Amino acid sequence: MVDRRTLLKTSLQLTLLAPFARLTNAAADKNSRFVLVILRGALDGLAACAPYADSQYHALRGPLALGAPGTEGGVLKLDGTFGLHPALTNLHALYQARELTVLHAVATPYRERSHFDAQKVLEAGKLTPAATDGGWLNRALAAMHGAGDTHGAVALNDTVPLVLRGDVAVNTWAPSRLKNADEDLLARVRRLYEAVDPPLASKLNEALDARSIAGDAANGAMGGSQQQVTPLVNAAARFLRSPDGPRIAVIDVGGWDTHANQGGAQGNLATRLKGLDAGIQTLKTELGPVWADTTVLVVTEFGRTVAVNGTRGTDHGTGGVAFLAGGAVKGGRIVSDWPGLASRELYENRDLMPTTDLRRVFKSVLAERFGMAESALEHAVFPDSANAKPLEHLTA
Amino acid sequence: MLSLTAAIAANRFGLGARPQDGAAIGNDARGWLDAQLTAAAKAVVTPKTEQPASASVLMKFRDLRVARQAAAQFRASFAPEQRTPPPANTQDSGETPPKSPGIDEQAIKEFREFVRENYVGQVNERHRRAIESDTPFVERLVHFWSNHFAISADKQLVGPICGLYEQEAIRPHVLGNFHTLLLAAEHHPGMNLYLDNTTSMGARSGAAELAHRRGRTLGLNENLAREILELHTLGVDGGYTQHDVTEFAKVLTGWSIGGQIGERGLPGGQRAKALLGDPGKPGEFFFRPIMHEPGDKTVLGQKYKERGVSEGEQVLAHLAVHPATAHHLATKLAQQFVADEPPAALVDRLAAVYLKNNGELLPVYRALIAASESWQEPLAKYKTPHDFVISTYRAMNVMPERPETLIAFLSEMGQRPYTPGSPAGWPDTAAAWDGGDALLKRIEWAGAVGRRVGDRRNALDLASAVLPESADERTMGSIRNAESGAQAFALLLAAPEFQRR
Repeated sequence: MVDRRTLLKTSLQLTLLAPFARLTNAAADKNSRFVLVILRGALDGLAACAPYADSQYHALRGPLALGAPGTEGGVLKLDGTFGLHPALTNLHALYQARELTVLHAVATPYRERSHFDAQKVLEAGKLTPAATDGGWLNRALAAMHGAGDTHGAVALNDTVPLVLRGDVAVNTWAPSRLKNADEDLLARVRRLYEAVDPPLASKLNEALDARSIAGDAANGAMGGSQQQVTPLVNAAARFLRSPDGPRIAVIDVGGWDTHANQGGAQGNLATRLKGLDAGIQTLKTELGPVWADTTVLVVTEFGRTVAVNGTRGTDHGTGGVAFLAGGAVKGGRIVSDWPGLASRELYENRDLMPTTDLRRVFKSVLAERFGMAESALEHAVFPDSANAKPLEHLTA
Repeated sequence: MLSLTAAIAANRFGLGARPQDGAAIGNDARGWLDAQLTAAAKAVVTPKTEQPASASVLMKFRDLRVARQAAAQFRASFAPEQRTPPPANTQDSGETPPKSPGIDEQAIKEFREFVRENYVGQVNERHRRAIESDTPFVERLVHFWSNHFAISADKQLVGPICGLYEQEAIRPHVLGNFHTLLLAAEHHPGMNLYLDNTTSMGARSGAAELAHRRGRTLGLNENLAREILELHTLGVDGGYTQHDVTEFAKVLTGWSIGGQIGERGLPGGQRAKALLGDPGKPGEFFFRPIMHEPGDKTVLGQKYKERGVSEGEQVLAHLAVHPATAHHLATKLAQQFVADEPPAALVDRLAAVYLKNNGELLPVYRALIAASESWQEPLAKYKTPHDFVISTYRAMNVMPERPETLIAFLSEMGQRPYTPGSPAGWPDTAAAWDGGDALLKRIEWAGAVGRRVGDRRNALDLASAVLPESADERTMGSIRNAESGAQAFALLLAAPEFQRR
């Protein structure tokens, strides 16, 4: 029987309970790279990382339940309780190489079940979805720039997602099949914008910069679809490898809203997970030596219902899973104050109880990898987050 | 050049000026818009045929799916041999069964071709109506409501009927009462398939019990109920709870499609068929009592007696005239037609007009036309990729030569037609569309269009016909001083005054 009182995983017990130690700029690593992967549509955390040994798991999950480690289509064992979905073979290898940490029963402060509002809270980094004037990662960049660290960020998308919107200009890049415009036309348009419409001018200049770095990163691997992770990851690696390029990249991937026929070891969700898994592996390969300085954080707006619904899928839930991968990660761990699946432990009697605020993970990466000070994190980046202290020692 | 009000009428209320529109609008931009609402009222309604076109497409789609699945099973029967790793010198081994037997490939090809043909044909029809329309304000309203009640072609089941859904459920009702529009959208098979309602059933329904006896647990799927409340009516802050969502989902159980289209949720044997009774008209909305959760339900504090299909219709009737719905719709309309951050006073006025007229939409549109806020700010909105390409073709007065190419470009720009990817539809603010990479692609496309047509068109004349008189002299100068006709045309399309509306 697993419940939150008996199962405080690994060293997290210490990190959760330890008094907050002041982080200073000295902790910053100038070479740090950070990739934020946002899975839009709400990834089913209990499928991605299944508590296969939880006594309630099989009963609640019914046809979606994954088998024990070692059985056909069974989970890939992480420990005596948890296993990764069988499609996540590369992530499993990273876990074994101590380059992957699984964060379970996590959630933003949002407690309703709208995708769109949940994504706003996830990205804006504020308590309510009403505040959408900019994203937490842009505010973090602004603070870093203020401290003299002026590296940039890139969104692997045609446009900038909310998490990266704000005062600091951010590059965008997405695969293109269009023929490049001739230089003279571009120069003329640029001059025109600079004279008539400065906001368009700065967007255009950012895009031209980005394209000079990305080059033909995605040639031959096109599709332009946000469902395809690998072309985006290839381009992200190209940006992050570039000596003067951005140090932060955001990738978003849709298609996780599995209300019906979600599938188990195989099926709709398994196919998506396979793509994500391959994408992370590609990122590692393509980053080469830079991987050692890299932290990849995979998040989603909320989890899904613990029980299977009436159409062999899952509905919108609360607590979910996040993955932290990279050469800079102190991995091979499951970081979770695991609440268990017993009905009295569920949120509103249906969802995995969130026990770790995702902002604690965001803050940890920014503090440990980018040397951001506690005060900046608490006031400028994540207002009203005094109760969400950064988790400690997630990364090297 | 277009007067300020003419430019706003043609470009922001409409889908972009054609060269002849300035003369048609004259000095009465408001009158031009208002006339569209009355004159078009009849023309916009497509005559109702006995069987909606989407029904026959869905039936054909089901047949092709069945054929494809049978083919896939046939192929799978070879799978064991294929899975064993072949020896290294497998190339000259003549014994392995063919990788894809003929029947297989044919069925799959036919299926794909059917989906593609329908999708491309329907998208092209949408573009044709938009580009050729003399009532572009009404056309924008069709696009607006179609996006409000979004279904997305990236869900395979609805891929071949997205355009038909717009024709059948949205277009006929955009000048009517919101309640009618709401009923039409939520009844349409496209919506029921897209938001998974066709397989949702009450836990205590006959179908669930039948399934239970066969060892399967089937029940509710709350997707449609939640999105109706959150996106289609009240809005996310409209004051409903999870309990309301669950109860409303029970209300909606049984809302399904006749003819058991490609659904795996329903038992399929002969005995089950006898139990299920009338399968309904194939491919059309059909209420299945056997899937409906029996008993009374309470939604938003209001009790609804057990009444089968009319329960849901009653809830929708209440939602349609709810003050939160009025506010939600008023906000979205003002955002579409006035500004990304619409003035609160305008939103309140529109909502009041809506409620006073019990959800009639014409008075709301007229209030929008009458509002001084609508006419103050020129170029207040950044065009979406869809706006950009439609206004380009309207300016040129031609249809795209190859529909597929235009679809490919819209995909590049992140707006592949009918695939918002989420039931919230496409976003309607500049922040969602004004990324630098997307802008660069617009310029590249403008360059390509210019190369194609620039030597045959006078870009300067066209600029005078479709841009507002407030256009910057430097914009006109850059077109005038371009090195070629192609470049001049590209500069017109790339101009800030053409990128905004």
